[in-house]
Amino acid sequence: MGSFEYLRITGLSYGFSYHDFVLEGVNLSIPRGRFVSLVGPSGSGKTTLLKLLCGIYEPWNGDIEYISNDCDSIFYYPSVGYVPQIETIDWNFPVSVQEVIAMGSWNYKSYLPWIDKKLKNQIKDVLKILGLSGYEKRHIRALSGGEQQRVFLGRALIKNPDILILDEPTTGLDYVSREKIFDILKNLNNNGMTVILSTHDITHIANRSPWVICFNKYVIAEGPPQDVLKEDNLLKTYGLSDYKIK
Amino acid sequence: MIDPLLPFEYEFFIKGLVVSVLLGGICGLAGVYIILRGLSYVGHGLSHAAFGGAIVGNIVGINYYIGAIIWSYLASFVIYEISKKNTIKPDAAIGLVTTAIFAFGVLLVSMTNKYTRNFESLLFGNILAITEQDLYIIVSVTMISAVFFFLLHKRLVFSFFDNESAKISGIKTSHIELLFSFVLATIIIVSMSSVGVTLLASVIVGPAISARMLSNNFSNVVFLSIIIGSIASFSGMYASFFLDSSSGPTIVMFITLGFGITALYALFKKIYHSHSHGGISHSHPHLHTDEHRHEHKHS
Ligand SMILES: Nc1ncnc2c1ncn2[C@@H]1O[C@H](COP(=O)(O)OP(=O)(O)OP(=O)(O)O)[C@@H](O)[C@H]1O
Ligand SMILES: [Mg+2]
Repeated sequence: MGSFEYLRITGLSYGFSYHDFVLEGVNLSIPRGRFVSLVGPSGSGKTTLLKLLCGIYEPWNGDIEYISNDCDSIFYYPSVGYVPQIETIDWNFPVSVQEVIAMGSWNYKSYLPWIDKKLKNQIKDVLKILGLSGYEKRHIRALSGGEQQRVFLGRALIKNPDILILDEPTTGLDYVSREKIFDILKNLNNNGMTVILSTHDITHIANRSPWVICFNKYVIAEGPPQDVLKEDNLLKTYGLSDYKIK
Repeated sequence: MIDPLLPFEYEFFIKGLVVSVLLGGICGLAGVYIILRGLSYVGHGLSHAAFGGAIVGNIVGINYYIGAIIWSYLASFVIYEISKKNTIKPDAAIGLVTTAIFAFGVLLVSMTNKYTRNFESLLFGNILAITEQDLYIIVSVTMISAVFFFLLHKRLVFSFFDNESAKISGIKTSHIELLFSFVLATIIIVSMSSVGVTLLASVIVGPAISARMLSNNFSNVVFLSIIIGSIASFSGMYASFFLDSSSGPTIVMFITLGFGITALYALFKKIYHSHSHGGISHSHPHLHTDEHRHEHKHS
């Protein structure tokens, strides 16, 4: 089996319609334990890239390889926790906090329809990490935006994944909620989890991440924020020259 | 003087009652998953497809159930494939595919004039015409589907709630959804001969939406929907004996009545909400909206 060592993306392309590439020639390598912020304008393909990493889409071209420290295992696939952009969630769905978090374990738990004692305890532990103790029975609608975001983080964490992938985890949140999430992620990362997130918040999230990727169809620049978040890179990423043409 | 126990002296009535309660329960159960998957129209649609299949089967000379199963499985598969692409909503796909199959069946009937099994009983249902064979099939289908929902509950809920995350989590969402639509098609086929093609939609959707108004908890919704479905079917069946009415429409009336009562109850609960502030418990009418929330301590 082996454990996750690094992620290698080579020549990755993808699109939703012919001749229209959303991603074009993405090359990227992310070692274990990195905390990565992916920044880029709306429509630059951040969500698409994250979904490709999770295996929701198949690459048109190129490879996404997860490499383990055991070189012989060709079919290695790490455990990935995904936190979707929560705007896509149907908040009227009749599920409680506890049920949402439990979902993260449904592919390997038993076929019985209820949540067993052991899992209940695991959920309790996760809720504690998230600062949501006592929220088990709440309906997901009866939560603030920041709490909702943390519940979905909890669902990804319940199986203790090697890699945590989050799509805009702080969008629409106030200062305190955003800081809470950032602190939780930093803590998880300090304990060895690889974190990859997309964000529009350059000042508060990207700027404080150890590693930043400027992205627009492909990787424009990457490295520590003080080296990457400079005017020329941002100009290239946010494509101001593009606006002039249009 | 009417004897309330009179209907129970008739074997055909007891058989009909068992069938309608079983079907009311299983349709109530399946209905919850159907509305949450956004497939409210599926009962209506698939029953039309099955009707077309039953006719074709009859003309070709195969068993009613086999004809209906082949056609409605085919229909569910096509619907599943079309709506998987996400560009067409499932309900639109259902409307198109199943009406075409239904029309094809009717077309064949009009051309050949060979149809023997009672047309009308398929359209409007006739619980009293249920044969021994039908009864066995209904009991088995009810049990098998109940087991299906019991065992796949968690995976179904996750797939319906958040399909992509379910996939990432390692759940074979497409297998589960296809299996789900086959189970639905089967339930619909067996319900058809007693409730009728034209009335099925209500039996499937009615109890589920009533139950949904009463609770935010999935298990409770499922439980309530089964109860509402079976009680309405029982009452409809029982009432039809004294009213001398057809059982299918009477059951639908009771389901609608159940929906009306729950809707009123839910509205009343929303307006007339009791709560306590600082130990003083009181109730007063007011509407709860999203902007307006306050902490409640129910005692
Ligand atoms: N399912 C889809 N079908 C067709 N086109 C899509 C689909 N999903 C995304 N796109 C297109 O792909 C491009 C990239 O979208 P993507 O969601 O990856 O952007 P993003 O960087 O995440 O943007 P944002 O910051 O606004 O979330 C956009 O032009 C979008 O219109
Ligand atoms: Mg996005």
